[in-house]
Amino acid sequence: MNKYNPTILSNRTVAPKVYRMELATGEAPPLRAGSFVEVEVPGKFLRRPLSVSLSESGRLTLLYKVVGEGTAWLAQAQPGTSLSLLTGLGNGFDTEACRERALLVGGGIGAAPLHQLCRDLRAAGRQVTVLLGFNTASERILCEELETLGATVYVATLDGSAGIRGLVTDALRQVQPAFDYYYVCGPMPMMRALFPLLQADGEFSLEARMGCGTGLCFGCTVQTTEGPRRICHEGPVFTKKVLPW
Amino acid sequence: MVRDTSVTLGGIRLKNPVIPASGTFGFGFEAAGWLDLDRLGAIALKGTTLEPRFGNPTPRIAECAGGLLNAVGLQNPGIDALVNEVAPQVRRICSTPLIANISGFSVDEFGVCCEKADNCDSIDLVEINISCPNVHQGGMAFGTDPASAAAVTRRARKATRKPLFIKLSPNVTDIVPIARACEDEGADGLTLINTLLGMRIDIRRRKPVLANRTGGFSGPALFPVALRFVSQVAAACRIPLIGCGGVTSAEDVIEMMMAGATAVQVGSANLHDPLACPAIIDSLPSVMEELNIDKLEDIIGII
Ligand SMILES: Cc1cc2nc3c(=O)[nH]c(=O)nc-3n(C[C@H](O)[C@H](O)[C@H](O)COP(=O)(O)OP(=O)(O)OC[C@H]3O[C@@H](n4cnc5c(N)ncnc54)[C@H](O)[C@@H]3O)c2cc1C
Ligand SMILES: Cc1cc2nc3c(=O)[nH]c(=O)nc-3n(C[C@H](O)[C@H](O)[C@H](O)COP(=O)(O)O)c2cc1C
Ligand code: FES
Repeated sequence: MNKYNPTILSNRTVAPKVYRMELATGEAPPLRAGSFVEVEVPGKFLRRPLSVSLSESGRLTLLYKVVGEGTAWLAQAQPGTSLSLLTGLGNGFDTEACRERALLVGGGIGAAPLHQLCRDLRAAGRQVTVLLGFNTASERILCEELETLGATVYVATLDGSAGIRGLVTDALRQVQPAFDYYYVCGPMPMMRALFPLLQADGEFSLEARMGCGTGLCFGCTVQTTEGPRRICHEGPVFTKKVLPW
Repeated sequence: MVRDTSVTLGGIRLKNPVIPASGTFGFGFEAAGWLDLDRLGAIALKGTTLEPRFGNPTPRIAECAGGLLNAVGLQNPGIDALVNEVAPQVRRICSTPLIANISGFSVDEFGVCCEKADNCDSIDLVEINISCPNVHQGGMAFGTDPASAAAVTRRARKATRKPLFIKLSPNVTDIVPIARACEDEGADGLTLINTLLGMRIDIRRRKPVLANRTGGFSGPALFPVALRFVSQVAAACRIPLIGCGGVTSAEDVIEMMMAGATAVQVGSANLHDPLACPAIIDSLPSVMEELNIDKLEDIIGII
């Protein structure tokens, strides 16, 4: 855990209700793919957990969807504003678990942490296939960024307005990608539907209402085959092996 | 001049009166990564029961103005794990006094847990939680009735020679007879207060936010309520009090002490700011200076 106040460099909408915020992080150490930050929102007692979408030297990118008052406040925050952040929270993805070919699956705003994951896997010389699911074409995020990194990206939309019509599970059946390890982040029903379909080993990034994000309150516990675990502390990423789904 | 922040609680000398509250500071070692545990007055460990507990289903946390609701439901690894593994492990990394926080579902369970805590060298003080509002079968009942509070205190007193504090529930019409019952049965002190029972509804989904329906309210908004309880009990009892509820600053610590607290527990503030306790401790001397307080102990109960 590291606490500091980075300044907003930019904060722009990239899809309906979805914003990309870049923060100047100065000398702060880079953050792991799949780890998260807790953002303070004025007037709110609980901080908001957001995934690291991309952490580069001196810069942190968050990708967030407006769903309530906290994220609505973030969306109107102007460049130059400083935010109080807790960073370096959670375990992050295990990029070394993939030997050759990785499959990344994201649903909606759950795609956010896949950006840095894809970058790290590509930097380590892995082949990367990405399946992204959205409701409709206008909601697509990160497709170009991931393709620029050299990943093969397939999109599924529920209304068929882009890519494969249907869910990421439909895309998985159609594309039949080759992979030795997978990484999933998205809504719970999507992850539960994928769980029995994905044969290799892999990992899932989970979500819960959080009291602290730092392992102090036991507010975010999930049952695993190894006993109760805190999503914010031992997670948010859990391997297939330990999830009793 | 050097301002004296030390206080004596149940015969134990604390460097300062700031204690992270049970359930808001994990088992102590989590925070060792970002703060020096030895700077804290003491540490109250997560509430422990006889058997290991998973706790309630999630969501366990709901936000509200001035704080939060929690329905963690006493998730813990059980008293044996606490005394054999957790407490010795924390003791190895710090010398700060450790407070075991014990919950139970029968008088006997409190007793057995206290016996086990009594045998554990790593534990300095025992705090009995007769007020946790989350668990259907228990907790609550003991703290809402003087006779049950007395029965638990009596049994716990038999079980341990360590300083014994009883943590009371605010969800009562009159706390004084309950506080007196605990004092009469030999409690060394009282902690005031645990969370206020509350509820939130997600009006879009038309469902309670918490899976448990109700939860305990804590946070800054609780402060005046906790202060009132401390002041009221200080007037009625002679044993030392730990003030707890909504404390977020050195000024709050001093206010609690003026109301009658010997020490103070900081709970929800740790969730918002994991560095809250060291920040409060850092600013105590300058606030004391501003208020012309040389020795913090001098202000206990001056109001
Ligand atoms: C580890 C983790 C990583 C996340 N990463 C991202 C991300 O990269 N981009 C993104 O858009 N969202 C992400 N989320 C979800 C995000 O935290 C919520 O959308 C956000 O907290 C909503 O706040 P609000 O005030 O706008 O909504 P409100 O509904 O007003 O919030 C009320 C309370 O509920 C909590 N809450 C509401 N929805 C969620 C949720 N889905 N998960 C957890 N807590 C919630 C809030 O934090 C707050 O305490 C992540 C959640 C977790 C746990
Ligand atoms: C997430 C959470 C868990 C808690 N768990 C316990 C517990 O196990 N035992 C206990 O005696 N009190 C527990 N409490 C109550 C706190 O110790 C404290 O009495 C209460 O939160 C009021 O203080 P605050 O306003 O500073 O948080 C818990 C509180 C919170 C927020
Ligand atoms: S949110 Fe507090 S322990 Fe995870």
